[in-house]
Amino acid sequence: MSQERKLRVLVAKPGLDGHDRGARIIARALRDAGFEVIYTGCHQTPEQIVQTAIQEDVDLIGLSILSGAHNYSFPRIMELLKENGADDITVIGGGIFPLEDIPKLKEVGIKEIFTPGTKLEDIIKWVRENVKPRRVDAA
Amino acid sequence: MPPEIKQEGDDSMSIVEKVLEGDVRAVARLLRDIDDQVPSTRSILQQLYPHTGKAYIIGITGPPGAGKSTLVDQMTTYYRKLGKTVAILAIDPTSPFSGGAILGDRIRMQRHFLDPGVFIRSLATRGHFGGLTKSTHDMITVLDAMGKNIIIVETVGVGQGEVEIAECAHTTLVVTVPGLGDDIQAIKAGIMEIGNIFVVNKADREGAKKTVQELRNLLEMGKKFRMETGATNGWDPPVIETQAHKGIGIDELCEAIESHREYLTTQALDELKKIMVKRALHQFSETLKDELFKEMMRRMEKKGMNIDDLAAKIADKEVDPYSLSRSLIRDELKEPESAV
Repeated sequence: MSQERKLRVLVAKPGLDGHDRGARIIARALRDAGFEVIYTGCHQTPEQIVQTAIQEDVDLIGLSILSGAHNYSFPRIMELLKENGADDITVIGGGIFPLEDIPKLKEVGIKEIFTPGTKLEDIIKWVRENVKPRRVDAA
Repeated sequence: MPPEIKQEGDDSMSIVEKVLEGDVRAVARLLRDIDDQVPSTRSILQQLYPHTGKAYIIGITGPPGAGKSTLVDQMTTYYRKLGKTVAILAIDPTSPFSGGAILGDRIRMQRHFLDPGVFIRSLATRGHFGGLTKSTHDMITVLDAMGKNIIIVETVGVGQGEVEIAECAHTTLVVTVPGLGDDIQAIKAGIMEIGNIFVVNKADREGAKKTVQELRNLLEMGKKFRMETGATNGWDPPVIETQAHKGIGIDELCEAIESHREYLTTQALDELKKIMVKRALHQFSETLKDELFKEMMRRMEKKGMNIDDLAAKIADKEVDPYSLSRSLIRDELKEPESAV
């Protein structure tokens, strides 16, 4: 049986900042790691991100944010995932965060936060160790 | 994660019901399982198949950067205004080196993300050639069964020979842009023959008129040839100019699609039938090949034969691939040699 399931990842930028260089580099690194990366561009609302994650059946959502709006958008995304019964999807964040915000974000369910200076290979390593493709529904 | 206590039969039954009800999450998960070739999807597809045949399938193909995704976005808006529901399969290439892919067609379709009447799925080719993915036909089955009125399949950016789309779409659009080369490099033999409608996008660019004219000339020549050989049909592929990013030309394009649909369903029922049979044949032969291959693998494994070992023997010239395949099939099918 070919049970080699591909990991599917959504890389999304919530909020109003239009700087997606970082998100693009991450998307590229994830692709080079052998994952299927759905990239949706800037200015995504939490609702758009969650609907996309569901329609694309991803295992992981990587949120990139530089605007400082993470204290609103991250918890809102977690809330919407729960409402839609999709809270089995792992969510991580990357960008600029005041250190004191990080524990609060983890409290609402963000699994990991990557701050500037993180090496790409460390992110890939983290993903490999912590995210597995969803199990088959009715096999 | 706690194991779910459900009976297998019940579970697959409920997936079918959920799909027929249009449950987005169930559909999304099933599409993933199909793409990953999970064996249990076969029985689900089997149950969904009788519920298909209602959707109108539009294929859109053309070179990278021609504006296919933007056209799909605009067409979707058009169909939503008419109250029709839309499903989109957007295909991007898998990297042959890493096996990964960046699927970016959604960037152009953001405004439809929250519309429950639109379902978008991004797909990676996973080594399949021809412009589609191995799973595309089966995914269309699911989207049709879930009740979407229009299914738009956007191929990977193609060059000259990726014509598989014509085997699954009722209407195939071939998109090009001005300035790709004097002799319309992007639309040579194969791809020129599959278009029911030709689109020159970015028509505000220099050279657009020339591209349109060249296309019309090529089509005219093709028509003459068809008439001389008696293979003529009643549909002359129109050439339509669009500026997808501004929404210009979209009404004309969608009206042309409607004319083609009308042509197929009223004047050219044989042609429609041919399309359906071709699609069925493709689906059937692919499934048969797949099942036979899997069955052979299963039996070989049971006998302790390993495909990698056999491949090594072939590489060492101990045996050739032709006689090995024949003898394996002969042994398993227990038929006289002539039948193989």
